[in-house]
Amino acid sequence: MRNRQDRLTALLMLMPTFILLGIFVYFFLGKTIYYSTTDWGENPSQPALSENVIRQNIGLQNYQNLMTDIIQAMFRNSLTNMFFFFVFFVVGSVAVGLLLTIILDQKIVAETFFRTIFLSPMALSFVVTGTIWRWLLQPDGGLNYLPTVFGLEPFHFNWMNSQDVWFQFTWDKVPQYLTFVGFAILALLAVRRVLRQDWRSASFMSALAGIVILIFAAGVWDRIWLPLDVPEAEPSIAPKGFNAALVGVIIAAIWQMSGYVMAIFTAGLRGIPEDLREAAQVDGCSNLKVYTHIILPQLRPFVISTIIILGHTSLKIFDLVFAMSGPDNARTVMPGILVYTKGFRQNSFAQASAIATIVLLLVIITAVPYLYVQLRHHE
Amino acid sequence: MKRHLILFAAILAFLLMIGGVTAQDGVLEIFSWWAGDEGPALEALIALYNMRYPDVEVINATVTGGAGVNFRAVLKTRMLGGNPPDSFQVHAGQELIGTWVIANRMQDLTWLYEQEGWFGVFPQGLIDQLSYEGRIYSVPVNIHRAGVLWYIPDQLAEWGVSVPTTLDEFYSVCADLQTRGITPLVIGEAWTVIHLWDQVALSVLGADGYDALWTGGLSPAGSEMIAVWDAFGRVLDCTNLHQNAAGLSWQQATDLLVAGDAAFNVMGDWVAGYLSTTLGLTPGEDYGWADFPGTEGVFTWLSDTFGLPVGVPNEAAAVEWLRLLGSLEGQNAFNPLKGSIPARVDAVEAVPELYNAYLQYTADEWAKDRLVGSMMHGVVANERFMGDFNQVLDIYIQSRSSAGAASAMEAVCIQAGACGY
Amino acid sequence: MNDTHFSGAKFRHYTLRTTLYILLIVGTFVFLLPIFVVVNTSLKDPAAINLATTWRLPAQFHWQSYAEAIEKFGPRIWNSITLVTNATLLSAVIGSLNGYVLSKWRIAGERFLFPLILLGLFIPYQGILIPLFEFMRDARLYGGIPGLIIIHTIYGLPITTLIFRNFYIEIPDEMLEAAAIDGAGFWDIYTQIVFPLSVSGFVVVIIWQFTQIWNEFLFAVTMTTGAAEPITVGLAQLAGGEAVQWNLPMAGAVIAALPPILVYLILSRYFIRGLLAGSIKT
Repeated sequence: MRNRQDRLTALLMLMPTFILLGIFVYFFLGKTIYYSTTDWGENPSQPALSENVIRQNIGLQNYQNLMTDIIQAMFRNSLTNMFFFFVFFVVGSVAVGLLLTIILDQKIVAETFFRTIFLSPMALSFVVTGTIWRWLLQPDGGLNYLPTVFGLEPFHFNWMNSQDVWFQFTWDKVPQYLTFVGFAILALLAVRRVLRQDWRSASFMSALAGIVILIFAAGVWDRIWLPLDVPEAEPSIAPKGFNAALVGVIIAAIWQMSGYVMAIFTAGLRGIPEDLREAAQVDGCSNLKVYTHIILPQLRPFVISTIIILGHTSLKIFDLVFAMSGPDNARTVMPGILVYTKGFRQNSFAQASAIATIVLLLVIITAVPYLYVQLRHHE
Repeated sequence: MKRHLILFAAILAFLLMIGGVTAQDGVLEIFSWWAGDEGPALEALIALYNMRYPDVEVINATVTGGAGVNFRAVLKTRMLGGNPPDSFQVHAGQELIGTWVIANRMQDLTWLYEQEGWFGVFPQGLIDQLSYEGRIYSVPVNIHRAGVLWYIPDQLAEWGVSVPTTLDEFYSVCADLQTRGITPLVIGEAWTVIHLWDQVALSVLGADGYDALWTGGLSPAGSEMIAVWDAFGRVLDCTNLHQNAAGLSWQQATDLLVAGDAAFNVMGDWVAGYLSTTLGLTPGEDYGWADFPGTEGVFTWLSDTFGLPVGVPNEAAAVEWLRLLGSLEGQNAFNPLKGSIPARVDAVEAVPELYNAYLQYTADEWAKDRLVGSMMHGVVANERFMGDFNQVLDIYIQSRSSAGAASAMEAVCIQAGACGY
Repeated sequence: MNDTHFSGAKFRHYTLRTTLYILLIVGTFVFLLPIFVVVNTSLKDPAAINLATTWRLPAQFHWQSYAEAIEKFGPRIWNSITLVTNATLLSAVIGSLNGYVLSKWRIAGERFLFPLILLGLFIPYQGILIPLFEFMRDARLYGGIPGLIIIHTIYGLPITTLIFRNFYIEIPDEMLEAAAIDGAGFWDIYTQIVFPLSVSGFVVVIIWQFTQIWNEFLFAVTMTTGAAEPITVGLAQLAGGEAVQWNLPMAGAVIAALPPILVYLILSRYFIRGLLAGSIKT
């Protein structure tokens, strides 16, 4: 099939994308990373907006400041906010999207009408969406008073004003948690491969798990995390954890995106003609149990797409949070907002670039190995 | 299939021909964040300009949203990219000087002041905040007052409460109102809290102390500042900070005042515009105002100004724009619609009928009060400081430690090159 | 005996259907609640817009909001339409080709190519605004819609590629092998097999790109000036000013939401099961 000329054509078809992304993504990214190693905006004798501003290289100092300086506590808050937002937003959207998909897969009257309704939240501009949710989540009005329509007691949740922090932890314990989670995941993967008698993969996974423990035990983290002098006073200033104020943002985000998750899953279900699917697998009988056994495997690749799409949305989330709680609410601040305000409001361009780079690094560290494994499986 | 592709390509080519921008002569680009209810004021100025210079096309470029962050993003991107607008709006003080002037992005306008005889017309305190090393860099078009104490007289009478004139009086009024379930002082989202802090600092330090803080005469971590944070904590206890403040815009906070859920509100005089124009209330009767407790005779000001960037394409037209801005007609065309007072001290008395009761009162105060620049609105501290000050405020609110907040503030001052460092 | 068995199944069937419809109606209510507030607010007089009265209907319908909103950003609708149509179609087509290559063709270094493309998804727009602006100025593309089309097409490529690639993986390889044996090459396979099966993929991609580009603000406000601005800029200006009169931006938002919703309505038809059944001769 795949003769050489065709394979060349295939490669050439990808080239425009690569050239364009090479400039618009990688070249710009390179500039951003370069800026993050300079003192642009940090040097009072070199005003940030000068025409030929002299940027001096200061290495990783911006990163060090961001991770340890007490003034940058908001950045560290934004990292934990981003993490918890990501987890609950993705889980919530997938759950709701799946529910909607299954319901609408049941030969409903006026299916198109309902589908459009569930998609419509995405159509609204974020300024308006954020404002509306802000109004709805006012403690003295909106959603809290909805039960009164049914004669029940109103809620008393503070929503965006809440100062509660759930799942509290202190910043210096993060290496321990990371080690634990990393070890658990790798151990589970190893066990799965053992069960499949895939000894090579299993030993590879076990070795990785061992390395993770070794890194922790050898005190490598102590060199990178603790000596950066994480302010121990910080726990008393702002306990880190899942800020309850985020719940409102998560709900608004799920509201906006679960319709699209439904669209992806439905496309996955309906996209490939049924006779083709059934030809490629053993056919079963058509009761509810088997329905479930066919749906989930069919949707698995689409769940991955969905997680990536929702994931990138949550990493870059900006517009919604900006409109809902403004740029200065420490309980709901996100890295995307900080890049914007630090850069354009404060002229701290180097810091803003560093924040953007850190987020990108987090993505690379977590997503790329996962993708690499997935792609290997495909072959 | 091929035919469709050709058709598609043709449509595409046609559609792509639309758009694109060519530079023109006889153009003036004014870049501001005024839109919505602030739009008519600027449009009146532009109309006046067009009467004098009918062959110049004025482009009213506004970028709104994000409380000015979007405006700054576009402006700074353009400036760094070498595409400055002919004139842009900027707050007087460190926001102008600390960002643009020391970066050598603005042209000297002292000659214009001399030509127009503006030295006697703008208060010296204002001119000082437009100058750097003896040269003046922008033209102020209006003055807003920050930190005014707003209340509804009928409600205060109903509660048997009088307007406090010192912080101690405020604390006792506060205790009284709280027992009755009324919020003594209503605040909104983060920046309104900074706005309040400004006034508390002014009240505790006095006008001279406040000035000294920003010019290096008072240490941000010293005992006076610790007293400021202590007082601020007591004032915060009298607010709705932990109930519903985070999600309230300043208008919504004002709505609570009007609805009788709160007694006082500390906000700039754009509240007067909102109460009079949007809600139709009468100044002096339906709503009242006073100096923040402990700040009698002090006027906390902020000013919108326009300057002349370096290397603009239409310099002559821009200079005429600035000339118009500083003129009597210009200021009196703009300010009544904007709901602010002219920066010129002689403007209101020329046509007092254009200004309502509140504005006339404020104009009188502007001419005789002790002037103090607002920190929240960019007069006395630069943009870097103001961005990081949010963090200082959050540290205080979380820890309630005055010492912690004071030392954090000192660190911010040093990093930002503000407070005289 | 027969009767009870028969009615038992029917009873289960009807309760199931009823539950489904109840869930749907509750879901509709939940999803439309905020939209109701938008529409409700857009019809109120500015003075009557208050947190306390969020749920109350307006005393009289203030239709002027819509007229005013249209007057203020109407001229820009054409800019947005041009922008969105071109950028969506371009990024969809290129993404489809990319997805086809990445899912069905073995190329050197393929395992790295896909993640490299995908990384483009995670670029924060705020972070690269300044380099992007400088580039657009140097390329003389600053200020107009063509430049914005190019920007949105390029930044849309990672996600369109992702969606199409994961979508095309589901097409059984045997189909392509069969066509190859019959002598089909790269393009023939695409036009005869892959493209006709892409309908759902295009639906998902078009929904996403249309919405994202239609509502995108940051690039729109930075990269265009004056008459070339898209409607998101006009919308933001409606919400500008010191004392925002919320009826205007709400009305504007309703108007601005209509084109995407129209697109959803049209595309939702393509989710109908069996649209392509029997279209492929196996």
